[in-house]
Amino acid sequence: MSKTLIRGAKVLGGEPQDVLIDGETIARVAPSLDAGDATVIEAEGRILLPGLVDLHTHLREPGREDSETVLTGTRAAAVGGFTAVHAMANTFPVADTAGVVEQVWRLGRESGYCDVQPVGAVTVGLEGKQLAELGAMHDSAAGVKVFSDDGKCVDDAVIMRRALEYVKAFDGVVAQHAQEPRLTEGAQMNEGVVSAELGLGGWPAVAEESIIARDVLLAAHVGSRVHICHLSTAGSVEIVRWAKSKGWNVTAEVTPHHLLLTDELVRSYNPVYKVNPPLRTEADVMALREALADGTIDCVATDHAPHPHEDKDCEWAAAAMGMVGLETALSVVQQTMVDTGLLDWAGVADRMSARPAAIGRLDGHGRPVSAGEPANLTLVDPAYRGTVDPAGFASRSRNSPYEGRELPGRVTHTFLRGRATVVDGKLA
Amino acid sequence: MLCPPGGNPRTPRHLISAADLTRDDAVLILDTAEEMARVADRPIKKLPTLRGRTVVNLFFEDSTRTRISFEAAAKRLSADVINFSAKGSSVSKGESLKDTALTLEAMGADAVVIRHGASGAPYRLATSGWIDSAVVNAGDGTHEHPTQALLDAFTMRRRLVGADAGLGRDLEGRRITIVGDILHSRVARSNVHLLATLGAHVTLVAPPTLVPVGVDRWPCEVSYSLDAVLPKSDAVMMLRVQRERMNAAYFPTEREYSRRYGLDGERMAKMPGHAIVMHPGPMVRGMEITAQVADSDRCTAVEQVANGVSTRMAVLYLLLGGSETALPSAAARTEENNA
Repeated sequence: MSKTLIRGAKVLGGEPQDVLIDGETIARVAPSLDAGDATVIEAEGRILLPGLVDLHTHLREPGREDSETVLTGTRAAAVGGFTAVHAMANTFPVADTAGVVEQVWRLGRESGYCDVQPVGAVTVGLEGKQLAELGAMHDSAAGVKVFSDDGKCVDDAVIMRRALEYVKAFDGVVAQHAQEPRLTEGAQMNEGVVSAELGLGGWPAVAEESIIARDVLLAAHVGSRVHICHLSTAGSVEIVRWAKSKGWNVTAEVTPHHLLLTDELVRSYNPVYKVNPPLRTEADVMALREALADGTIDCVATDHAPHPHEDKDCEWAAAAMGMVGLETALSVVQQTMVDTGLLDWAGVADRMSARPAAIGRLDGHGRPVSAGEPANLTLVDPAYRGTVDPAGFASRSRNSPYEGRELPGRVTHTFLRGRATVVDGKLA
Repeated sequence: MLCPPGGNPRTPRHLISAADLTRDDAVLILDTAEEMARVADRPIKKLPTLRGRTVVNLFFEDSTRTRISFEAAAKRLSADVINFSAKGSSVSKGESLKDTALTLEAMGADAVVIRHGASGAPYRLATSGWIDSAVVNAGDGTHEHPTQALLDAFTMRRRLVGADAGLGRDLEGRRITIVGDILHSRVARSNVHLLATLGAHVTLVAPPTLVPVGVDRWPCEVSYSLDAVLPKSDAVMMLRVQRERMNAAYFPTEREYSRRYGLDGERMAKMPGHAIVMHPGPMVRGMEITAQVADSDRCTAVEQVANGVSTRMAVLYLLLGGSETALPSAAARTEENNA
């Protein structure tokens, strides 16, 4: 196997080190190493992180290959610095059987750009009525540990309770898309000052918060762990903080877009800003940043949601919900968390790699950058400044809310078990 | 977003939201509408101003009254009118708004008057680069209906200030009460913006369930008591309340709504002597308004329909580059008529 020497990168933002990759493994980490026959990457000024892990990715295959495939999605993930992604279950057909999750898992292995860990649906067809065969999905080759009806809320309290209890048998976790359905009928955007003016149906914060409150109580009652997807409001932060203070086994994620964008953008009626849960207010954004910094929110997850052009090139109400995010996630986190002083790079490694890997019980990812560990690594140039141009995305879809925006930082290299998937910012 | 005449005729100009109008824009439209109203009094109710121009009425929702009002307005300005109803067209077979727009553009539309069930659809049409035509919002979802607000303001100015005395003037200090389903009303949203711009004091009256969250930032007051507000109103605008709303628990029963928020003769008597009752139509008699009130001299509902044509003439005229030479200015016209 080949050897690579990453020279002078700041490991987790600390002192510059040389890192030698030998085959699939990190062989040595030291202030100065002899390159020998290794390929050398001069990395002064760059940051070396463990490969990023996404708990929340929509790869769309099977069923919506017009918007993304496992191959194009994992290529986008690699460009964004990810070495593992969790593929959400709301495909066509739904990933609610061992057969579908194994198919996605196999496609991920064939892609070679990024590990793909399928998420299994909690209920058959995401319909919230009957538990899917959670055990069979866990026992399959895909080894599913995370279950979610994401896109829909498991709103029936009894079904949610049973799912939380049932997955304890194999250390699984239920990732809840917290959205009280009755409170969000016809919902188009955050309910508040802007929705009142625009005349768009409101998606009130309480519809998220009431479900989170219920689910942390349920998880505590049955002694299970629950994960909250894309937490988006200041009130949700308060509930999770309270649940954690009780010692309950609750984890939560926040998306990059909820750390940066607000519902003021909806004034353009441009559906590129239409997403579920919706963009919230400035106060929510600030609360989410603070919660990610203090650990109330465990991790960043992209909720990468590709959609074909025609599903966004229309009136707001007719448009699909969701944004692509894999290729911009780290830049948005740098801008909102690192450049603001809220989080250092070690914190970024924790929130974007170690914590999501731990929540998903994912082996071989989110590990320390030290000798003997799998060489899943991401090298970042934090000084880079560039304007987002979706035309250059590796993703098959272009629905990025950051088009034309200047964002800091760039992933220059990504290594998946020692193999470079991205070199100098381009797919290898 | 609406530019007065004299601007570059090649620049697309639109009327999307009443909030985009300055006080002077709005007064210019009202003054121009007053001129247009005089055309309606002539034996031949037609001006040659928009001869050779094409106005498309693009209606994705059924709204006969608004559509024929725009049609009459365009025809009185000698424009060619194409009525495009989404029902029975390719739209009902899944054609997108964009493709419909491109089709109309290819047919040479100078202005597109759009009614759409989705809030923001006219804004998208005007700003997405799909077409170059002027866009007039004829009601979008629960967002806005700016020409309705303009014709309402026109009606108020005529009644409360005077047709001639009102020229050049706004509605400074007038107290306007809007009653009913504010939450779902594009008419209320446009009126709040426009009336505030024109200096009026607006009070919204509705059960709390029918007032949007976030209303506290609007330039108006909110009251839950119709009886308390009526004596302090120069105009009371009753909005239609759809019976289906009670199925979504916005109010318990039709009768309870009517008792608490409906306008009957007894309540109308609490209004000052000069105050008027307005309704954008269609009225639900027996729900928000009794027949006695609807048919009284104080109710301007029918007058509003006539004023709608004049106001829409003014909007089309100003948007489609009606020039000073094509029609004498409002002031000059007034002198001519007075002579």
